[in-house]
Amino acid sequence: MDDLLRDFLTETNENLGMLDTELVKLEQNPNDPGLVSSIFRMMHTIKGTCGFLGLPRLEKVAHAGENLLDKIRDKELVADTTAVSLILESIDRIKSLLSVLEQTEAEPEGDDADLIQRLNDFAAGKGAAAPAAATPVPLQALASTPAEPEPDEHGFVPVPAHKTAAVADAIAAEKGGATQAAPVPVPVAAAPAPVPAPPVPASAAKPPVAAASAPPPAKAETAESAIAASSIRVNVDVLENLMTMVSELVLTRNQLLQILRSQKDSEFAAPLQRLNHVTSELQEGVMKTRMQPIGNAWSKLPRLIRDLSHELGKKIDLLMHGQETELDRQVLELIKDPLTHLVRNCADHGLEPPDERRAAGKPETGKVILNAFHEGGHIIIEIKDDGRGLNIDRIKQKAVQNGVATEAEIAAMSDQQAAQFIFAAGFSTAAQVTSVSGRGVGMDVVRTNIEKIGGTVELKFQRGKGTAFVIKIPLTLAIVSALIVECSGERFAIPQISVLELVRAHGNSETTVERVNDAPFLRLRNRLLPLVSLHDTLRLGETRTMDDDKSFIVVTQVGNYTFGIMVDRVFDTEEIVVKPVAPILRDIPMFSGNTILGDGSVIMILDPNGIAASSGASAATMSEAQADHAATEVARSEGERVALLVFRAGGQAPKAVPLSLIARLEETDAAQIEYSDGKPVLQYRGKLMPLVTIDPSYGIRSEGRQPILVFADRNRNMGLLVDEIVDIVEERLSIEMNNARPGMVGSAIISGKATDVIDTAHYLAQAFGDWFGKSDQPFGAQSQARRLLLVDDSPFFRNLLQPILQVAGYDVTTADTAAQALTLCESGREFDVIVSDIEMPGMSGFDFAETLRRTEKFRETPILALSSHTHPADIDRARRVGFTDFIPKLDREGLLASLSELGGRSAAE
Amino acid sequence: MSNLPAIANKPGAVEAAAAGSDFVTMTVADQLFGIPVLTVQDVLGPQRITRVPLAPPEVAGALNLRGRIVTAIDVRRRLGLPKREGTAAGMNVVVDFKGELYALMVDNVGEVLSLSADAYERNPATLDPRWRDVSAGIYRLKGKLLVVLEVARLLDLKVKRGAEAA
Repeated sequence: MDDLLRDFLTETNENLGMLDTELVKLEQNPNDPGLVSSIFRMMHTIKGTCGFLGLPRLEKVAHAGENLLDKIRDKELVADTTAVSLILESIDRIKSLLSVLEQTEAEPEGDDADLIQRLNDFAAGKGAAAPAAATPVPLQALASTPAEPEPDEHGFVPVPAHKTAAVADAIAAEKGGATQAAPVPVPVAAAPAPVPAPPVPASAAKPPVAAASAPPPAKAETAESAIAASSIRVNVDVLENLMTMVSELVLTRNQLLQILRSQKDSEFAAPLQRLNHVTSELQEGVMKTRMQPIGNAWSKLPRLIRDLSHELGKKIDLLMHGQETELDRQVLELIKDPLTHLVRNCADHGLEPPDERRAAGKPETGKVILNAFHEGGHIIIEIKDDGRGLNIDRIKQKAVQNGVATEAEIAAMSDQQAAQFIFAAGFSTAAQVTSVSGRGVGMDVVRTNIEKIGGTVELKFQRGKGTAFVIKIPLTLAIVSALIVECSGERFAIPQISVLELVRAHGNSETTVERVNDAPFLRLRNRLLPLVSLHDTLRLGETRTMDDDKSFIVVTQVGNYTFGIMVDRVFDTEEIVVKPVAPILRDIPMFSGNTILGDGSVIMILDPNGIAASSGASAATMSEAQADHAATEVARSEGERVALLVFRAGGQAPKAVPLSLIARLEETDAAQIEYSDGKPVLQYRGKLMPLVTIDPSYGIRSEGRQPILVFADRNRNMGLLVDEIVDIVEERLSIEMNNARPGMVGSAIISGKATDVIDTAHYLAQAFGDWFGKSDQPFGAQSQARRLLLVDDSPFFRNLLQPILQVAGYDVTTADTAAQALTLCESGREFDVIVSDIEMPGMSGFDFAETLRRTEKFRETPILALSSHTHPADIDRARRVGFTDFIPKLDREGLLASLSELGGRSAAE
Repeated sequence: MSNLPAIANKPGAVEAAAAGSDFVTMTVADQLFGIPVLTVQDVLGPQRITRVPLAPPEVAGALNLRGRIVTAIDVRRRLGLPKREGTAAGMNVVVDFKGELYALMVDNVGEVLSLSADAYERNPATLDPRWRDVSAGIYRLKGKLLVVLEVARLLDLKVKRGAEAA
């Protein structure tokens, strides 16, 4: 039998058993609202599950019963005997259907129109005339109304028998208090031998009578016990308890092993090894009892999507990958609702109606993709859609309305940043709320629930392309893997889930801890990583035993906020059992718990959320999409605040360069500048570093101090000579594009002054002719760069885009005409992606793409079109000739987003 | 008796103390203290204690008692006494409070005394507010006085200034 069906039968039989008892109680206390709701819920669950499993007959009966209960719940009807009898009758009908279902795995033929009719009539108030209303006392009611339900067309009256049973139960319950005993005989009795199809009601009615005199049919009994034998329902508490005990055992085992390590040749060695193995197996076994495939949490989603697609008039495909991925049932339970909510959101808000999709050049059928997989002790669940992305303008508007942010703050925010608002409490873009989404459970609840179990949820979206939520959760909550670190002589545990990587700071290498106004930072792969000193945050005494320069940096992620925690030493990882801290310590936000290590010592578990918050990262800064490393680049300058180094060189006008592009700031004695081949060089870290000037007319000093901006890549350094370093500012950079002098990206207003933003690529090219030319050497040393061919006739655009792409991790080759690009392609050069202008002298971008698509080698290579003409006809044509995507020429953000989507994971990440 | 209002919400402790029973005695800075014997879980010698950064100063840290994490309270600090001189190791009296274990770090642990209600006095008005705050009364013993520590208030670090207001 299908697992799902088996579970359904077990669960439903259990629920029905409870329903019987509850109903009888209800009859006695018709005004108990708690009781009515609980009965209603049970019936509702049965209905829901039947619907999901595709059992229409059961569903209909349950639905009618639920209707009636709804009326009672809303106090439109009184739960008198007639009502209860009718409901009991429907329950018995369900039971009889179930028993057939259990034997044949299919619903019996026939229909229940009569019963449903009566239920509906009664619910509509027509049944109120029944004589039953007269006497509220059950026994009397029974006795006085033997013919109270209208006999159906089969001419039998099913009710009294049940009533006797039910009432007998009730009496038994009242007298003996043995409430649990009451429902038991009913389900067993209600599971008769194969039911002759058409007169189902008859057979459903009889068994209870039989139950009184004769044992139920043997066949039914075996069928039921077979199910009972293959799976038992264990109270979750028992499992939880078991897990706790095992956790303790694991800790004790760890302790023993630790002791053993210090005692060579101990006679305990062998038994301890054995204990070790048994404990591991036990742990695994207990964990397994709690593991369930994530598919269980998804099982309701296909139905949900189907219903949604009808309700919303959208065509939706639900694709699920990795259903078999297992995770702890506790975790599973906790993510069920958030998952459902996210899927619903995707279908409702994310996907567009078919006509809109068609207009956008997408297939009519939208996709909602669920993907689950294991990754380093965590489970990653992705929920994606290919819809319109988030309505950022609306979100921003709403954020201002709700007072979450001011207009000015909003204006300064990037789309990704603003998108984070959907996680704010009470944040619902009300206008978009439909009957489907926005029903109470907000995204804030989703996030809270996920974070509660030590997980994270990340939001990514692209306008017009879709939205993706990435949930990262631990496999289990009971035992977590933690990194043990030391700072100022104290040891702490950091949950592995929040640790991205470890970096060792060295005083003399790329990874130097630098300070801006005493705030420490680390350059990490073209990014400025804010650092938090654990010593300072936890106030671990006056003196720091360790130099910052020799720190280990634990790169930690909280939401989208990445920061480094400086610690003195890093030990290894250990499996720990998280125990809550004592109540008097609970208000320290830095700790999420404590635990006992293998050596028996107590250790505090750090809470990265608390540390991030205390280090000054407010909710707003934490939501900054720092994960998006390109955020600091000029490329993302629109709306993004970037740290800029302002300096003066060649004239009083300030100049600026994104801080993230600079490797170091140096100051040297001007006399140390030497000349090689007529070009200025400096002996720097055992190598010759070429020096460049801001423009050829710039006079190099011959004495005094000379500040130098050092740019580094691929183990090579280049120094830019400047007059004076003015400041580091964080500004929203909006570049005026009209400034096309070589060496300048353009001008921007920084700190209220017109400032030239320099084009690093220009100077890098000046220092190393082959800086960009070498396609065989990956950019950024560690990562494999993707090879990109940029075709554009305008040198300005080439120069503008080249450093941007370069910085984003692409190995860029440029061509100024389509013809040259074709020659490059045909000469055997390999490119992973091609970005081409459309309007070019000679061969146009369209022709270029068409030609390329005809070659074997470039048939599949993604080709992106860049054009200032974004007329739909152009876009159409671009798609026809084989362009993968079409991007407006000035939409640098769009270009990078599109590229990184094509590459999946861009090389620089 | 001036602090009756302060204790009024915890009448049980004072009554229990007044009723006379068995007390575990301990000394802190040469002062004799007592805790009802039934609240004491364990008496431990010097322990390896893990500091808890940012914790209130009265919290000395956390220690491991047979797999349970116990929060250690520095009773001297709690009473506003100076740090102990010398290197003699202290003792820990482990008490259970609302299901959590706490180790009260004291200088020495004495014996279990059976005290009669006759020897009980309520807190004298002249007692230092800090002490009055955590004391459930005083027993007159032969030659010395025993201060009954009220564990609930000793562990309530937020009320430590409350007595001054009273």
